[in-house]
This record gives sequence, structure tokens and C-alpha cells, in this order.
Amino acid sequence: MSAAEPLLRVEDLRVEFPTEDGIVHAVDGITYQVHKGRTLGIVGESGSGKTVSSLTTLGLTRRQGARISGRILFEGKDLVTLPEDELRAIRGNDIAMVFQDPLSSLHPLYRVGRQLTEAVRAHRDVSKAKARERAVELLGLVGIPDPARRVDEYPHEFSGGMRQRVMIAMALANEPKLLIADEPTTALDVTVQAQILALMERLQRELGMAIVIITHDLGVVAEMADDIAVMYAGRIVETASATRVFSAPEHPYTWGLLKSIPRLDGSREEDLVPIPGTPPSLINPPSGCHFHPRCPYAQPDHARIDPALEPVPDEPGHHVACLLEADVRRRLWEQLGAGKTPEEALAEVGLPGAAPA
Amino acid sequence: MIRYIVRRLLIGVLILMVVCALTFVFFRVLPTGNPALLRAGRDPHPNLIKEIERVLGLNKPLIVQFWDYMKEFFLHFNLGYSYYSQESVRSLIAERLPATLSLTVGAAVLWVLGGLSVGIISALRRHSIVDRLSMGTALLLLSVPEFWLGFVMLLLFANDIGKLKILPGAGSYVGLTYDPWKWFTSLIMPWIVLAAGSAAVYARLMRGSLSETMREDYIRTARAKGLRERAVVRQGVRSAVNPIFTLLGLEIGVLLGGAVLVETVFNIPGIGVENYKAIKASDFPVVEGTVLLAASFIIVANIVVDIAYAYLDPRVRYS
Repeated sequence: MSAAEPLLRVEDLRVEFPTEDGIVHAVDGITYQVHKGRTLGIVGESGSGKTVSSLTTLGLTRRQGARISGRILFEGKDLVTLPEDELRAIRGNDIAMVFQDPLSSLHPLYRVGRQLTEAVRAHRDVSKAKARERAVELLGLVGIPDPARRVDEYPHEFSGGMRQRVMIAMALANEPKLLIADEPTTALDVTVQAQILALMERLQRELGMAIVIITHDLGVVAEMADDIAVMYAGRIVETASATRVFSAPEHPYTWGLLKSIPRLDGSREEDLVPIPGTPPSLINPPSGCHFHPRCPYAQPDHARIDPALEPVPDEPGHHVACLLEADVRRRLWEQLGAGKTPEEALAEVGLPGAAPA
Repeated sequence: MIRYIVRRLLIGVLILMVVCALTFVFFRVLPTGNPALLRAGRDPHPNLIKEIERVLGLNKPLIVQFWDYMKEFFLHFNLGYSYYSQESVRSLIAERLPATLSLTVGAAVLWVLGGLSVGIISALRRHSIVDRLSMGTALLLLSVPEFWLGFVMLLLFANDIGKLKILPGAGSYVGLTYDPWKWFTSLIMPWIVLAAGSAAVYARLMRGSLSETMREDYIRTARAKGLRERAVVRQGVRSAVNPIFTLLGLEIGVLLGGAVLVETVFNIPGIGVENYKAIKASDFPVVEGTVLLAASFIIVANIVVDIAYAYLDPRVRYS
């Protein structure tokens, strides 16, 4: 990591939604940073708080009655406390966002061109004709053929992949310094996914923006991210460079994620190991380590002690929130890497097994 | 599109004929009162009744009467003559139409503007005092009959019998060309009374529809673009109006029905009053003429709404 001041620094961010059933702790004290021109991948299951944390960056959870604490520092401004009109000036201008479902995220009754020009004109005092020129240029930039004609079409006249290109064009309208992409490829065909990721990488190189990519798909982060933050139950449980996370992951949840995706270079005998159980309730999260009910390696006291995100010894930039000894973790991952099941790994390392709830 | 419109118009004509036939049958077959008997005076000689029936054409078989009526209507645009005044129904309608149009068009404007704006404010401030008050008032206005509301308004505000004598009361209507200001003031209360029910329906529909669209993903996109909240709301309203717009055609019918009552209460010389009098007096040609007029209003309104919808929603294309 560079020593320079990061573009975005999130510090101990908490987002809570009061509901009739209790307070939902959607984001429970997360800290991360994004540097200029770099890509951070935020990985986690649905309901781990990854989307809420990015919507909060843009101030979009405010009107949902969210209680927000902590700091979101962007170019010296705290986006948590910034007045709404100043935040609005940043939204879509310095920080832009691309959403998961491009069809529902585009207004069905407005022409694509109008949706692009309003993004430009929201932040720049340009004529309609100039904004329209820019819209055509943007559509061309994201690889939409015949942009001068398509600018007058409606979203339903575009294919899924082309719609997501439109969304990206819209996000790029004002050349943002930071692009937040929330599951940008989840709703798309696999072949189109690859095109969209390649497009985002090309645009990042050309425009020099930083990207936060939110996904549950490790394949996507492997492709895109420089750094990775793994989220579980509203917290970051592990953060490191992408290469580290794939080669030497430290958190049992990360192991679970890695072991539950098929690998071409692995032996076909090797079974995929799903993570047992379901994501926890965010109203009454489990005691102690939030992952302990689903963790095959949990020890009795893990239900009491709440682990903090701490540096991994001898690995600068790598942080993990796990109560297992660093040495034990390393030996466990060695066993798992060799194709052993969690039970076999436990026996090998000599830890008493914990029956996951 | 042209083919679609032509088809719709042809179907509309067909519906008009069916409406005509139904009115014909209802009033001639179902026991209302024999117009000949009503015209013959006290204790008439049966021959007199027969004679009147012959003059009015009521002695012919029903199907022949209907055929004659249709022929006159389609060939000469002639709607027959009132049994009582011998006046041509067509000119009677032409004479009464301006008052009814003044009443209904004004009420429709009030209804749509009032209903939509109250609905929008309620949707944006859900569960606030303003929202609760407007939705409560809407429910009240929906529940009370027009004639009751009309009388209450007269008792409160009419310059003859009202508590606060601020508005012209019943029977004060004058034509627009005669005195525009008097025309306007005399119609304020009738407009409010006639619009109230429909405006209430629209306010509640708009509130529901807009609350829904404001939760759509594209609204989040609009905010993420950094648009001002006004512009964001405008996008929500644009979508929320569509489903409500389709009900406009149907609601015109409700409005015309209400016009009969409001014209009666406020003594406005319109089609509604004429229709009501004609029904009481078994003046078949006038009943048929006015019903036909109302039906064509509704049919044309629905065709216009459907055609306009294709422009409101680009995903809809008629073929």
C-alpha cells in the first residue's frame, strides 16, 4: 500500500436501521481505504452489509432512516456529516455508482440519451446540445455501436449487457475519481460478464479512477481487484492484497468461500465444500465471533470473545479477525490446500472439532 | 396505429348501438309509464291513448321503432323529438351541452390537479400529519354522496341561504359568453362538489402509486447521479401517473353520472337535469339522446386515453 493519503478512507463505519423487529446492524464497524487508481474488491454473502456500506458512502441510506456513525473521508470531507446539498454535488460527480440490475436501474420511460444528459447537466452548466454530444461520446466510449442512433432509444430496446454499458456510461459522465460497482455483472450472462469487467478495467486505465467492486463472486475480484476486503455479518473479517487472499487466506470464512468455488487446476476428486448454515441475523448477531456458529474450527471460548481485525504477523497490509492462533491457521490452510476436508484438517492439526450449529 | 384507431372507433360505434338498444328496451319494455297515458290527461278515452301512441309511433313493433330510430340517427343525425315540447332532441342537447361541459370539464381539471397534487404530497410525507389529514379527508369525500355534499355546501357558503354568504347559490348559473366572471363564480361550488369524489380516488391512487415508484431502483440511480430531489421526484411522478392515467376514461363516466345530481342540486340547466326530467316523464327520445351522448363521451374518452397511453409508455405499441 502506498503511504499517500488514500482517496477514500472509511473508519469504524456503523449503519443501523431501526425496524419493528429490532435494530438491524447492517454495517457494524468497518474500516477500509481505497487508493487513487486502485481497485478494492468487497466480497461477502448477501446480507453481509457490502451494499449498505457503499450506499452510505453516497449518502443514499440517509433517507431510509439509517443511523450512521463513524467517518467516511473523501478528499478531506467526511461524507457522514456532510450537508445533503454538498453531498449531492459529490454524488455522480466525484463518486459514481453502477448497480446490479441495469434494467430496473434505468428509468423505463425516458430515452437513454436524456438519462445520460441529466447526469451531465446535474453537475455541469452545459447546453442541452453539448450534453447530448457528450452522451453520444460516452455511449461510444463504453463500446455501444452506432451511439448517435441509440442515444434516442429507450432502455427496453437494449440487451442486458448493453444496458449495463449504459449504466457505466452514465456513471462515467463526469469522470468520477471513484466508481462504486455493486454486483455489476451478477445479472448478466457469463460471456457478457467478462466483457463488462474488461470494459471497466480499460476505462480505469484510461481515466485513472479508483474502483470499489462489490460482489459475492470471487472470480470477479480475482479478475479486477488489487485489494480485497471480506465481509461477514456487517464486519470486515479479512483484508489483504488480492494475491494474498487467494494464496494465503487467514480467515476460516475466506477458506470457505475459496473452497466452495470449483477450480480448473484442482483435482476432480476434490469435493466442493459449501459453508454450512445460513448467514446470521443482523438484528441478533451471534455472540463472540459472529462466524462461530458456522465455523468448523470454532473453539468453546469463541462464542464469548469478539475478535478484532488485527494485523497478521509478518505480513504487512494483511488483517484478519480470527481467534485461532496465527500458527494454527497457517497449518489448517496448508491441510485444506492439500485437499483435506475441515474435519481431516482439524485432526491433523490436533484441535478438538466443533460441531457447527 | 391508424388501423388501431379505426378499429377502436368502429368498435365504439358498435357499443353505441348496443347502448341505444338497451335503453330502448329498458324504457319501452320495463314498466315505467306509458308516455301516451301521461300525455292524455285525466281519465282519457282509450281511443285517445291509441291515437297518441300512433302519433308517437309507439304502436309499431319494437324492432321497427328501433330500426326507424337508427335510420334517422345514422342518415340524418336526427335524435327524434321530445314527446312533450316537440323540440328536436338534437337542438335540445346543443342548447344544454355548454352548461354540462362547463361543469364537467372544470370539475375534471380540479379533480386531476387536486387529486394528483394531494396524492404526491401525501406520498412524499407518508405518515405525517399532512398525509393523515388529506387521506382522512379523501376517505370522507369518497363516502359522502354528491347531493348531500352539494346541499351542505349551499347551506354553508351560498349567498342566499348560507351561513357565510360568499358564493352564488343554486340557480345562479349563466353562460360563459354572457358574463365570464359570474359563470366562474357560480360554478365554483358545483365544480368542487362534482370533483370531490374523483379527486379523492385519485389522491389515494396517486399516493399508493408514487410511494411504490419512489422505491424503484431507477429512483436510486437518479439520486446517485446527484440530481436535485425535485428532479428525482419528477421522475417518480412520471412513472406513477401511468397506471392512474388509464383509469381516467372510466372515471369520466362516474363524473357524468355525478353531473346529473350536481346539476339538479345547483339547478344548472344542463344535460343531466334534462335527462332526469325525461326519465321521470317517460320522454323516451330525450332519454335516449342524452344516454347516447354520455355513452359516446365515455367511449371517446377511453379511446383517447388508450391512444395517449402509447405515447406515455414507450414500451406499449399497438398493432
